[in-house]
Amino acid sequence: MGGFDPRILPESASTIASRIDALYWYITGVGAFVTLIVVVGVLYFSIRYRRTSEDYFPKPFVGSTALELTWSFIPLVLVLIMGFWGVAIYADFWRAPENATDVYVIGKQWMWHINHQGGQREINTLHVPVGRPIRLVMTSEDVIHDFYIPAFRVKMDVVPGKYSHLWFEATKPGTYHLFCAAYCGTEHSRMIGKVVVMEPAEFEQWQTQKADRSMALQGRQLFQKLQCITCHHPEAGNKAPILEGLYGRRVALDNGSTVLADEAYIRESILYPAKKIRAGYRSIMPTYDKQVTEEELMKVVAFIKGLKLGGTPPLMQYSEAPAVDDTKKTPTNPPEKAPENVPGKNK
Amino acid sequence: MSMTLEPKAVRPITAASDRPDYLNADYSILSWLLTLDHKRIAILYLISISVFFFVGGFFAALIRLELATPGGDLVPGDTYNKLFTMHGIVMLFFFLIPSIPATLGNFLVPMMIGAKDLAFPRLNLLSWYVYIAAGVLAVIAMFNGGVDTGWTFYTPLSTRASHTQVFLTALAAFVAGFSSILTGLNFMVTIHRMRAPGLTWFRLPLFIWAMYATSLVIMLGTPVIAITLAMVAVERAWGVGIFDPSLGGDPVLFQHLFWFYSHPAVYIMILPGMGVISELISTFCRKVIFGYKFIAFSSIAIAVLGFAVWGHHMFVSTQSMMTSVFFSIVTMLVAVPSGIKVFNWTATMWQSSVSWQTPMLYALGFIGLFTIGGVTGLHLGTLGTNIALTQTYFVVAHFHYVMVGGAIMAYLGGLHFWWPKMTGRMYPEFWGKLSALIVFIGFNLTFFPQFLLGQQGMLRRYWEYVPEFQVLNVMSTAGASILGVGYILPLFYLLWSLRYGKPAGPNPWGATGLEWTTQSPPISENFEKTPVVTTEPYRYSREEAHPVH
Repeated sequence: MGGFDPRILPESASTIASRIDALYWYITGVGAFVTLIVVVGVLYFSIRYRRTSEDYFPKPFVGSTALELTWSFIPLVLVLIMGFWGVAIYADFWRAPENATDVYVIGKQWMWHINHQGGQREINTLHVPVGRPIRLVMTSEDVIHDFYIPAFRVKMDVVPGKYSHLWFEATKPGTYHLFCAAYCGTEHSRMIGKVVVMEPAEFEQWQTQKADRSMALQGRQLFQKLQCITCHHPEAGNKAPILEGLYGRRVALDNGSTVLADEAYIRESILYPAKKIRAGYRSIMPTYDKQVTEEELMKVVAFIKGLKLGGTPPLMQYSEAPAVDDTKKTPTNPPEKAPENVPGKNK
Repeated sequence: MSMTLEPKAVRPITAASDRPDYLNADYSILSWLLTLDHKRIAILYLISISVFFFVGGFFAALIRLELATPGGDLVPGDTYNKLFTMHGIVMLFFFLIPSIPATLGNFLVPMMIGAKDLAFPRLNLLSWYVYIAAGVLAVIAMFNGGVDTGWTFYTPLSTRASHTQVFLTALAAFVAGFSSILTGLNFMVTIHRMRAPGLTWFRLPLFIWAMYATSLVIMLGTPVIAITLAMVAVERAWGVGIFDPSLGGDPVLFQHLFWFYSHPAVYIMILPGMGVISELISTFCRKVIFGYKFIAFSSIAIAVLGFAVWGHHMFVSTQSMMTSVFFSIVTMLVAVPSGIKVFNWTATMWQSSVSWQTPMLYALGFIGLFTIGGVTGLHLGTLGTNIALTQTYFVVAHFHYVMVGGAIMAYLGGLHFWWPKMTGRMYPEFWGKLSALIVFIGFNLTFFPQFLLGQQGMLRRYWEYVPEFQVLNVMSTAGASILGVGYILPLFYLLWSLRYGKPAGPNPWGATGLEWTTQSPPISENFEKTPVVTTEPYRYSREEAHPVH
């Protein structure tokens, strides 16, 4: 029975955790106060007014509107404070800071695949630096999972067929539990792992050691291999829109509306291109549904997200190892690995 | 079949009165299986749901035993998953939802309003047969390997990944729904059309108001779960893409449809309990209920608000932020009518004459446990704290405080209270009090540690857990063994009382209410002549309600 933690709340190790804990104590305080009033009232009345004579009939009181209004209005105020306090926290939980680092997560029965932008891959373990916002971009390959870190007080469902997001900023170096919180079948309770929070310098070192070709670079190769480049290219005769600088912009559709080009839009446009057609283009793109894995898709998305003006690779020059990694985030990428280890290789 | 035991069990009863009553009107098995008497149908339901209660309790016992150690060492993981799934399905669809309405409600709704029977006696019998058909389907599913999706049937786990009896179990829940719809419809029409002369809406006992609100929820909500489960079955059987994203569906859509019913279903379970508690508090305080109209309308308010809070089960499901904000704020509002009830019950006790008999002990237990269940609902309904606590044992503890500490305490309190009316016999008071005390202690020991476990991060539906959670789990398992004793005791002494209990007389508690004006057990027609009502309920005075033994 080792390691029993006698604290009411577990270790708190993220920026949002202390805010959630403060709200927890407010609700618990209000709840305990109400419970105490009721329990003490009930116990006191049932002892003080216990039946001593079978002939005694107490005086009837049919009620009091003033009392009813009092015990409706005071709880109403108390719970509305709770409600809007919760909304304030939730709004921040929902919106990741602009400077957050994206980490890509794929859940599948029954493990977590984690892809860092620098190409570092992990299973059931997530390394992050302390004091920097991290934004997880998550999807599932099969059923619904849920990425939950008790010490950070956050969780979010990981749903097949779409991207969900979860951001946090760790405040304390250490190793914390990672649990799957959405029941996902036989080994649900074994879909667990850890989050390792490191000092920034230590993290840089880890990152350097583990670095592989960046996700964006791998995505760039897929972009060529999957023939996206054939049309999404300035020299392709305007068959398809150029994707440079697309991410985060609002783009016009042929039905007159606009859509924010976020990860969900990019994902959908690759899998189901006919759903949203850019204004001025025809629906000629084939579907990539069931032709790319979730991991490949994430790499292409990561590439398109980082695609700057002039960054589209040269037409018809698909190569295993481009001379310049124009999207790399880590300057210390090691040399290319042996070709048999390269995902998406095509000989 | 369980119901064939019943004639034997009641045969020895002889009423205090020499007039024939509904129990000894006829002894043949067919007279039970084809009865149109709402009181006999209530007994049929009582036996059936008791069987399912102990089946569900058996699953719960195995769950708690498995969780006594961190490793999965008692049963394999797949078996554990089936155990908690079937525990949920049996307890919700086959025990809690029919519990108070189909037994106490069936017995009491006509009696409390001075009617001879429900509006549609044949529909009433049909509802029991439909329930039994659903129960048989569920049992067949269990014996053919069971189901492992969780009682929530979340997609795409249920439609794509699970290789168990999803279709059959969903069908069982689907069919069981029709049984509750028939009961709800019957109550609603009966309450509208068959009240005794003089029995205006504000002269109705609060139990009737609660049954009315419950019927409303049953009739508006149940069709939605039925169609949702049908869609799951269609997707699973024929690959029609509704919820599975690989077939072009949306798994979150399932959650919206599922909770549209399943949140109001919570009120189907707790509103009847609140109705029972209002009756118990008033009777055992020998005092008119405080704030009658506020309690009555708070039932309706809970029923209506209950339809606009389902999204609070989905704050981390990827539903939009504004959707979550809406559902969280509406959820906060439910606290007001729930609080009104608790405060009015407490106020009723002020300057009253409190009798500490078994049903009252259950009622006092209910108030405390329901209050804890209610305030911990605030932790989960509030957006910030929900992110941390949802899907953990905090949720498990919360809904057991409401469903078991609330609904089952009320059910047991009501069963003890109306047992003399239903059987004509008194149960042994000492054993009644003792088991009420054991249930209360065992309950808190079982479920309070689960709040702490959830806060620490222990997740529901975990077959194995990290070792630091063991201390609290052992406490919970120990509590469950005490709780089990508390639930088994009444089975014995209530059956014992059928033969050996003291004759009860028409009104052993000195209660008001029309059901206490007729003999125990009542005659088949309930009343010798149609009662006429001239006053509001719960008017206790020396003349009107002296105990008649």
